[in-house]
Amino acid sequence: MNLERLKELEVCWETEMGKAFLCERAVMRGKDIHHELSSLDWFRVNLFSITGREFTDEQLRLLNFFWVATSYPDPSIWPNHVASLAGTVRTTVSLAMIAGMAISEASIYGRKPERKALDFFYRAQAKIEKGESLEEILQTELDERGVIYGYGRPLAKIDERIPHTIRLVEELGFDHGKHYQLALAIFRYLKKNKGLSMNIAAINTALIADIGLSTEEYQQWATPCFVTGMTPCYIEARDKPEGAFFPVRCSSITYDGRSRRKW
Amino acid sequence: MSKRQVYYSNFWEEVAEEDNPFATKEAYCHGYNVYEDILQKATWFEYLYVMFKGEKPTPAQAKLFEKLAIALANPGPREASVRAAMNGGVGGSTHAASLIAALAVGAGQYGGAQELSICLSLWEKNGLAFDKWAKSLLSPNEDYQEDIWLPIEHAPGFDPNGIRFTSVNSNILKALSDLSSENSALVWLSLNRQRFESVVGYPLSVSGIAAAAFYDLGFDEKSASFLYLVLRLPGAAAHAIEQQGMGWKKFPFFAENIVLKNDPGFKGVPEIKGLSI
Repeated sequence: MNLERLKELEVCWETEMGKAFLCERAVMRGKDIHHELSSLDWFRVNLFSITGREFTDEQLRLLNFFWVATSYPDPSIWPNHVASLAGTVRTTVSLAMIAGMAISEASIYGRKPERKALDFFYRAQAKIEKGESLEEILQTELDERGVIYGYGRPLAKIDERIPHTIRLVEELGFDHGKHYQLALAIFRYLKKNKGLSMNIAAINTALIADIGLSTEEYQQWATPCFVTGMTPCYIEARDKPEGAFFPVRCSSITYDGRSRRKW
Repeated sequence: MSKRQVYYSNFWEEVAEEDNPFATKEAYCHGYNVYEDILQKATWFEYLYVMFKGEKPTPAQAKLFEKLAIALANPGPREASVRAAMNGGVGGSTHAASLIAALAVGAGQYGGAQELSICLSLWEKNGLAFDKWAKSLLSPNEDYQEDIWLPIEHAPGFDPNGIRFTSVNSNILKALSDLSSENSALVWLSLNRQRFESVVGYPLSVSGIAAAAFYDLGFDEKSASFLYLVLRLPGAAAHAIEQQGMGWKKFPFFAENIVLKNDPGFKGVPEIKGLSI
């Protein structure tokens, strides 16, 4: 930006997202919050705030299910573990939640691979519609990126969330979605040819693609999704004695580095 | 009884007190006794260097590291990460919240740690080759793939909103270059700064200078990025404290500066019997 534009922006921020006219009213994306949005449930308003679009009841049920189905209050899960550590040292609730939420933007789970998986489904479906074969698409993906996000775990027990999700998908009529069908086709191909399994990220992000959220919209919507699992972990650690959450003895740090030396 | 879980570390070792396995008798960082040797003999920046690099810095490295830390310690209250911390301070948020705000905002790609991280990658890729650098700066998203980080919108290490190389940055670059050898990245950057600015179209920024310094010190992009985040926190903290003391009446509230382009208009407020001001 040039100097003149910077000077203009010093005093003026134009927006179509909203504004609070304190003591009078508040507006979100052109709608009066109290008059036009306050009868809606929070989840619907949250999605409206992110996208400016409206979603069907079935779509909201499915999206709500994604959040519920990932709300595991188990402190072995890393964001929850952080919330438990926060509880055991008696930090505040907000700090505990924000710490857990921040680390959910991880590389080997959570937001980053999910976002990459969603991007893959959009690109793969576009290629299918241009006439490329599934085999070609997957081989190109592996050649160029070395991984197909949402797949790749050695075939083991199926992720328990997948059958529950599929049952709801069929009940709500999402099972004919083109990205969802693509996810299943890829699973069948990779299982047969490479002995690989599918994780919940593949199913969920394929369904997200059918709903039409962009990768950025998806991440904005999904960011708080672990909070409901984190809160009970914080509460329980907070209610037990200080420092009671898996104390670590000195010898439990297994050292394999430089031998001792003088400064 | 379930098995006891263990952590693994290649740089930190602890020895327990005889009567309590959960209390530390001795701790070693890369083999050095922290609370006897290091505490007695090392400076703060020698200790930091050992922690991240595994070896003691030379006197010249320790000095460069400390001077870099001074240059980064307070970006000032106009800078986004410090402003974020001040928004925590003025409202009386927890101290940690103010620092979290500074970290989150200071992690970004416009002047933040992610920009620095990209710069470190480019130093590792391009070294002191001007033509390779020029190509990278003009197409910084050449290898971009979908990610939580959006494509960077400017040449990394340069300020797209700058007019010319600022006096402050000139002082920083000179002070750090003066501590560096002839074949260092900092000296090379000093000598080539104007050529780079001609290619890019805008001036070198502090993140670009800091990246060269971290590269000269031998830090990789991960260590440099963490240290950049940490070393900028003192200013954020001091400004947050100051604004809390200053009070909210002296703090900007931008309501009048926000212009709504799609206002549906006032639709009224319900009248509640007995509720009037």
